[in-house]
Amino acid sequence: MAEPAGAIVTLAPPDRGWLRDALRRLLRNRPAVVGIVIITIFGLMALLAPWVDHHPPTDQHLDATLSGPSARFWLGTDQLGRDQYSRLLHGARVSLTIGVLTQALALTLGVTVGLAAGLGGRRADSLLMRATDVAYSFPDLLMMILLVSIFGVSTIMLILAIGLVSWTTIARLVRGQVLSLQEEDYVLAARALGASNWRIARHHLLPNVMGPVIVTATFGIPAAIFAEAALAFIGLGLPPPTPTWGRLVTDSFNAMFAAPHLVVTSCLAVAITMMSFTFIGDGLRDAFDPRTPPRRSLPDTAAPRVAAVPHEERKAA
Amino acid sequence: MAAYLMQRILWIVPVLVAVAVITFVLMHQVPGGPWDRSKRLPPQALENVNQSYGLDRPLWQQFGSYALGLAQGDLGVSFRSNNRPVSDVLGDGIRISATLGLLALVLSATAGVALGVVAALRRNSALDFASVAFATAGASVPSFILGMLLLVLFTGYLHWLPSGGWGSPQQAVMPVLALSAWPTAYIARVTRASVLDVLHQDYVRTARAKGLQERVVVLRHMLRNALIPVLTVIGPVAAMLVTGSFIIEQLFAIPGIGRAFVTSIGARDYGVIMGTTLLYTFVIVIANLLVDLLYAIIDPRIRYQAHG
Repeated sequence: MAEPAGAIVTLAPPDRGWLRDALRRLLRNRPAVVGIVIITIFGLMALLAPWVDHHPPTDQHLDATLSGPSARFWLGTDQLGRDQYSRLLHGARVSLTIGVLTQALALTLGVTVGLAAGLGGRRADSLLMRATDVAYSFPDLLMMILLVSIFGVSTIMLILAIGLVSWTTIARLVRGQVLSLQEEDYVLAARALGASNWRIARHHLLPNVMGPVIVTATFGIPAAIFAEAALAFIGLGLPPPTPTWGRLVTDSFNAMFAAPHLVVTSCLAVAITMMSFTFIGDGLRDAFDPRTPPRRSLPDTAAPRVAAVPHEERKAA
Repeated sequence: MAAYLMQRILWIVPVLVAVAVITFVLMHQVPGGPWDRSKRLPPQALENVNQSYGLDRPLWQQFGSYALGLAQGDLGVSFRSNNRPVSDVLGDGIRISATLGLLALVLSATAGVALGVVAALRRNSALDFASVAFATAGASVPSFILGMLLLVLFTGYLHWLPSGGWGSPQQAVMPVLALSAWPTAYIARVTRASVLDVLHQDYVRTARAKGLQERVVVLRHMLRNALIPVLTVIGPVAAMLVTGSFIIEQLFAIPGIGRAFVTSIGARDYGVIMGTTLLYTFVIVIANLLVDLLYAIIDPRIRYQAHG
C-alpha cells in the first residue's frame, strides 16, 4: 500500500506561515470581520477623542442637564450637563486600554509560568502549578478589591489588579500543551539534535501554543472591560471627573428613571464592544484550528470552551 | 482513580489555608479599620475595642486564633452587626443567594436546552439563526447591563415591577432574568453543538430505520447522549449562579451573600470578609473538582493519575 509521494505533496496547503494562514481564515469569518470593523472604529474614535468630540468631556452645561439627544448634544447630557457622546469617547480610551493591557499582562505572565512549568522539570512544575491552583481558586473580585483598596485606584493599578487575576487560565493552557507536545516526534528530534530548551520553546512549542493563548486573551478583553465596570459600580472606579465606561454606567444607573438615554447609550457601548471582541475570539478560535473547514453555514461545533466565559461570571466573584 | 480523588480532596485544605493567609494579610493592609465612622471614637475607646477583639495583637497571633477557631467551625463575629456570629450572617445571605441562583439555574437549564435542541433540529432555519443570535448576545452582554435595561423598561416605563428588594415573587422576576441570560445562552450553545454531533450517528439512523416515531428518536436516542456534555457545564454554572450574583444583588438591593461580601469589605468587617472568601473559594474548588470528575465518568478514555 505504498502511496504515491506526489499525492501527499499536492494535498498539503501552500506554506504561508501559521499567522498569515490564520489571518486569511479569520477574514473569511463574517461575524469576526464585523467585530474587527466595530473595534477598529471604536478604537480610532477613542484614539482621536480630543479631535472628534463635541465638547470637552468634563465641561458642565448647567443650562441643559439630563437633556435628551439633540443637535447640540448628540447623545444627550448627564446630571451635570456633560455631553454623553464626548464622555463615551473619552471613556473608551480608558476602557479599551484597560482591556488590551490587562490581557497583554495576563498573556506575558501566563505564557512565562506555563512554559517554565512545562519545561522546568517535575519540581518546578509541581510548585508553579500549585501556586496557579491557589490563584485560580481565589475569588477574582476579592483580589481586585483588596489590591485596589490597598494601593489606591489609578489606571495602572486597575490594569495590574485585573491582569493579576486573569493569567491562570493561560498558564494552565500553555503548560498542558507543552507537556503533550514534549512527546511529539519533532520535539524529540530537536532535542536529540541538541536544541536548547529556549530554542525548543521558541521554534517548536510557542507556534503551537500561541493560537489558543491568543484566543483566550481575546475573550479576556471583554472580561476586563466588565471588571472595570463592576469595580466602578461598587465604588472602586477611577475618581471623577475621569470618564470611564464603568463610571458612565454607574452614573447612568443613578439617573436611570430621569434620563434613560444615558443608560441605553452607555450600556450599548459596553455591550457592543464586548460582543465584538467575542465575535473576534470565536473567529480566531476557528482560524487557529486548521482542521475546521471554511464554512458557509452556522458552526457545527460552537461549544464554547471554558475560556470563553468572562472571568467574573465563571468564577463566582 | 480513588487515589486521585483522595489527593484532590486533600488538596482542598492547603488551597483554603493559602487563600485564608493571603486574604488575612492583604485585608489588614487596607487602610482604615472596622471602627471608622464619620464621628471618630475617642482614642481610649478605640484602644479598648481593639483590645477586646484582639486587634491590637501582632498579625500572626490574630491569624493563629482565627485559624484555631476556624478548625473548630467558629468563623468569629461580625463587627458591624452587633457581634452576630459570621456563620449566621453567611447563613442568611446564602439562603437568599441560593434561592436566586437556583431559580436562575432551573430557568436557564430548561430554556437553554430547549433552544439548543430546537436550533439543532431545525438547522439553518430562521429559528436556528434567532437562537444562535440570542446565544451570542446573551454570552457577551454582562448581566448587570441587562439588569439595568430591564429596570428602565419594566420599572421606569411600564411600572410593572418593583425596582428591588427581596421577598415577593415580583421582586424576583428581573434579577432571575438578568442572571440567567448568560447561562441560558451558554447552555444553548453547548446543547446545539452536542445535538448536531449526534444527529447523524449510526444509532440515530438505525432508530429511524426501525420506524420509531420521531419523538422517540429525539427523546430516547438523541437527547440521552447529547445531554451528557451539557451536564458538565451545569456544575460551574450552578456555582457561578449561587455565589456569583454580587453585582445583581447590588443592583436590585437583594440582601444576599454577594451584597454581604461587598459591604463587608467597605466596612472592614474582617470576620465577614474571611467567611465569604473562604465560602466562595470552597464552592469554586468543589465545582472544579466535580467538572473534572464528570469528564472522567462520561469519557472513560480520560484517566486521572495521582502524582507520584
